[in-house]
Amino acid sequence: MMGLIRKAWGLVVWIWSTASRPARHLSIGFLALGGFFAGVMFWGGFNTALEATNTEAFCISCHEMENNVFQELKTTVHYSNRSGVRASCPDCHVPHDWTDKIARKMQASKEVWGTLFGTIDTREKFLANRRKLAGHEWERLKANNSLECRNCHSPEGMDITVQSVRASTAHQTYLFTGEKTCIDCHKGIAHELPDMTGVPGWQ
Amino acid sequence: MRISSFCAVIAAVGVLLAGGASLSEELITLRNGLSIDQEAAAPPLPKVENHDKRRVRNFAEQPPTIPHTIRGYEVTRNANKCLSCHSRIQTGESQAPMVSVTHFMDRDNQVLATVSPRRYFCNQCHVVQEDVKPLVNNDFVDVELMLRNSEAPQ
Repeated sequence: MMGLIRKAWGLVVWIWSTASRPARHLSIGFLALGGFFAGVMFWGGFNTALEATNTEAFCISCHEMENNVFQELKTTVHYSNRSGVRASCPDCHVPHDWTDKIARKMQASKEVWGTLFGTIDTREKFLANRRKLAGHEWERLKANNSLECRNCHSPEGMDITVQSVRASTAHQTYLFTGEKTCIDCHKGIAHELPDMTGVPGWQ
Repeated sequence: MRISSFCAVIAAVGVLLAGGASLSEELITLRNGLSIDQEAAAPPLPKVENHDKRRVRNFAEQPPTIPHTIRGYEVTRNANKCLSCHSRIQTGESQAPMVSVTHFMDRDNQVLATVSPRRYFCNQCHVVQEDVKPLVNNDFVDVELMLRNSEAPQ
């Protein structure tokens, strides 16, 4: 045991003594440019991988997503509509700014855990957890002032004269005054709702 | 016994004949007169009325029609989107008409605190309206108009 630790320590010392010495055969130009290009490759690769996990195809590669929430999305206006603009999973569930996106991606590692251990691998388990899971999204959108909604829908861009009377009244009374944010009223617009007992504004 | 069943058969045949005659004359089927090997073009989907103005009820007990679109409104055991505006407690915020107090009664006319389960599924009775030409003529006369006409001097 001690021998193994000594061996490993020896390896660390060797790597450090090599890395801390100036290069003997490689020019500084090669190292600088090589480092630059390696950095570009790494950064590009990282972002490509990140973007690959930020697609609808990636989300529904897990059956939990494909069989439950994706099927429900299909009938809604965010998937099928007059003008053919479509919001896919990450448009609403992942922030678009880089730092926020990375923070959300780190949180999402919990979802990898969930899929590995089958937290919601049946419809019944999914429905049993639905109120809790929906609550996470409501809280997130409430906390960031419905940021993902506002990536497409801005109050400034709204022409309330072409909205129905009821919609324009509600938006002027609650949205423009900042009293409420999108998610306060627009729950369940892209997926079915959980049992809404006790949710403010519902019965 | 035999005579009565014979009469019944005669009557049935008579009804069938009469029905057949009127079918060929009047009734427009979904095929719209096209032969079986042709497919009729579907009529365009009409727009749902969305002007938020109440329609007059044709009779006092008629469930009022819905003057707005209800696309995607969920009315299930879990959630009732209609009640998120029309329930008593929400009407202050939404300024929508409150569900009628009759909806609070169970089948024994006992008044409950909230909407009775038997009145929970709104679109069993309340429906949106579309701007379409009626397929069948209707000579219904509003009772109010009928009374006014009968009272009017001849």
